Amino acid sequence: MAKKLVEIKNLKQYFGSPSNPIKAVDGISFDIYEGETLGLVGESGCGKSTTGRSIIRLYDITGGEVLFNGENVHDKKSGKDLKKFNREMQMIFQDPYASLNPRMTAGEIIAEGFIIHGLYKNKKERQEKITSLLEAVGLNKEHANRYAHEFSGGQRQRIGIARALSLDPSFIIADEPISALDVSIQAQVVNLLKQIQKDRGLTYLFIAHDLSMVKYISDRIAVMYSGKIVEVGPADDIYNSPVHPYTKSLLSAIPLPDPISETKRTRIPYTHEEQDETASFHPVNDKHFVYGTEKSFQKWMNNTSI
Amino acid sequence: MSETILKVKDLKINFKTYAGIVQAVRGVNFELNVGETLAIVGESGSGKSVTSNALMKLIPQPPGIYESGEILFNGRDLIPLSDKEMTKVRGNDIAMIFQDPMTSLNPTMKIGRQITEVILKHKKVTRSDAKNRAIELLTQVGIPMPEKRYNQYPHEFSGGMRQRVVIAIALAADPKLLIADEPTTALDVTIQAQILELMKEIQKKSNTSIIFITHDLGVVANIADRVAVMYAGQIVEYGTVNEIFYNPKHPYTWGLLGSMPDLDNKSDELLRTIPGSPPDLIHPPKGDAFAPRNEFAMAIDYEKEPPMFQVSETHFAKTWLLHPDAPEIPIPDAVARRIEGFLAKEDQVNG
Repeated sequence: MAKKLVEIKNLKQYFGSPSNPIKAVDGISFDIYEGETLGLVGESGCGKSTTGRSIIRLYDITGGEVLFNGENVHDKKSGKDLKKFNREMQMIFQDPYASLNPRMTAGEIIAEGFIIHGLYKNKKERQEKITSLLEAVGLNKEHANRYAHEFSGGQRQRIGIARALSLDPSFIIADEPISALDVSIQAQVVNLLKQIQKDRGLTYLFIAHDLSMVKYISDRIAVMYSGKIVEVGPADDIYNSPVHPYTKSLLSAIPLPDPISETKRTRIPYTHEEQDETASFHPVNDKHFVYGTEKSFQKWMNNTSI
Repeated sequence: MSETILKVKDLKINFKTYAGIVQAVRGVNFELNVGETLAIVGESGSGKSVTSNALMKLIPQPPGIYESGEILFNGRDLIPLSDKEMTKVRGNDIAMIFQDPMTSLNPTMKIGRQITEVILKHKKVTRSDAKNRAIELLTQVGIPMPEKRYNQYPHEFSGGMRQRVVIAIALAADPKLLIADEPTTALDVTIQAQILELMKEIQKKSNTSIIFITHDLGVVANIADRVAVMYAGQIVEYGTVNEIFYNPKHPYTWGLLGSMPDLDNKSDELLRTIPGSPPDLIHPPKGDAFAPRNEFAMAIDYEKEPPMFQVSETHFAKTWLLHPDAPEIPIPDAVARRIEGFLAKEDQVNG
């Protein structure tokens, strides 16, 4: 069994007033193993982006803990520890138009991390590193002197990826990295992410709502609904034999590029059943788990053909 | 055969910018029958939104220029019409659903008024009749508690509900043609499925024609009768939905179909991509605009623009590969396999 790189234990992230909080993330637990891609899917507002941002400390969490390589991420840390941690974990953001500083060149954006962490102080060395990063993401050295507005959406996302890679992290959180891009460009970026993962042995948390792309890139998938993870398991299991009614409903809503089957596809509507406090994860097999009470789990299993 | 409601002939639209003249739409031809759905697919910058805005005469002039062409709606050309005449066409004959329901509603106006505004403008009815009609429309688009919702502001609605309101506004004056510009792109898959079902239901009921603009091929397969694939301001392939998905002829269509992972895709194979990015339309390339990104490009592609070759009665493609003298190029493996997979699944079901 692969090593657990990230362990999330009962993570809670509430917003708003303490008396009437909005429970964006409501006690979720999952592990991410070294070298895998975990896909996190769900509709907008289900808390998937909040989960990603809480893991990387962009928010101060309300409760629970996030362990990275066995160390608690949200413990109060000295600046030095924090820097070390930041080098290990990086994020790729959704909107390549909003996530790059328009006043900085691509080279400056990528080198910003070097300055903060005091790396590659030699100018020539730094330039070489920038060039190698740009080449790794399919751009070239001339691009280093251009500003963000001179790039297309796909190229900008490549710069975002180069920036995330600049400090040689081991774990990358990609928050809807392709949803702002065109179909043909999406495929380029996804292939790039896969290639980089293979070359550098990275671990990904891939957050998205495009299920066909998530299926393609992920080893395991976690389905989130209203602040909770309702089902988690290997990508094929989730797609071929979903158990939770929400997962089934979500899968039945994906339109496929196949007109004949599209005329026959029927969407399964989902009505949420509130689960009481006895709800927990029930194993379908040794890797596939469903969240719910004992009773609902039995009911769902009876409705599922495996 | 049903009658034609819209006929677009050789439409060309340019934009004057500081950098030069952008040829956004470079000679587009298509037809739409009553009760039919045409999907226009393409990447951003391919001219699909400009085409649809042009049908409504929503291109600001300047900087936009209607360079040439005709837009025949029920036999009448819309391009020479004055603004005043056009106002009667908009809403009444042709209505539009925009991409982003967050920005296409007025945040300071109750949604009831936003709907009745259209009704009062186009129909000679009293205010209370207009209100009844608005509530009827809200019910029709599936908004629960329409009487209460009538008096609410857009911020009190979720994204999917807002898009329903936008559809209700578009339907307010019983248009004959509905143009939907990426109406589901900003929505979740589950909500998207509901909106598509709603649009199909409306079409069935009132025999509306729909032009559906999207870049999502899954959505196209779901809703379209006919498909026009646009690239660099031109339609490069045009045909019925089955022809485009099961017998694509243009390499760009192959690329689009190949770059979408399907649920049976093995995750260890890389996705097919279309290398590079779309051309600069200030200086459109000589010859076939897709040639630099086309792995099957021939010498002639860089010299001369291909004409529309006819594949079948309803199927056309703009590529030199269809010329009788061109070498036989089979559909790329990945795409062919997928099509076979779809058709095989079909055979299984039919037993």
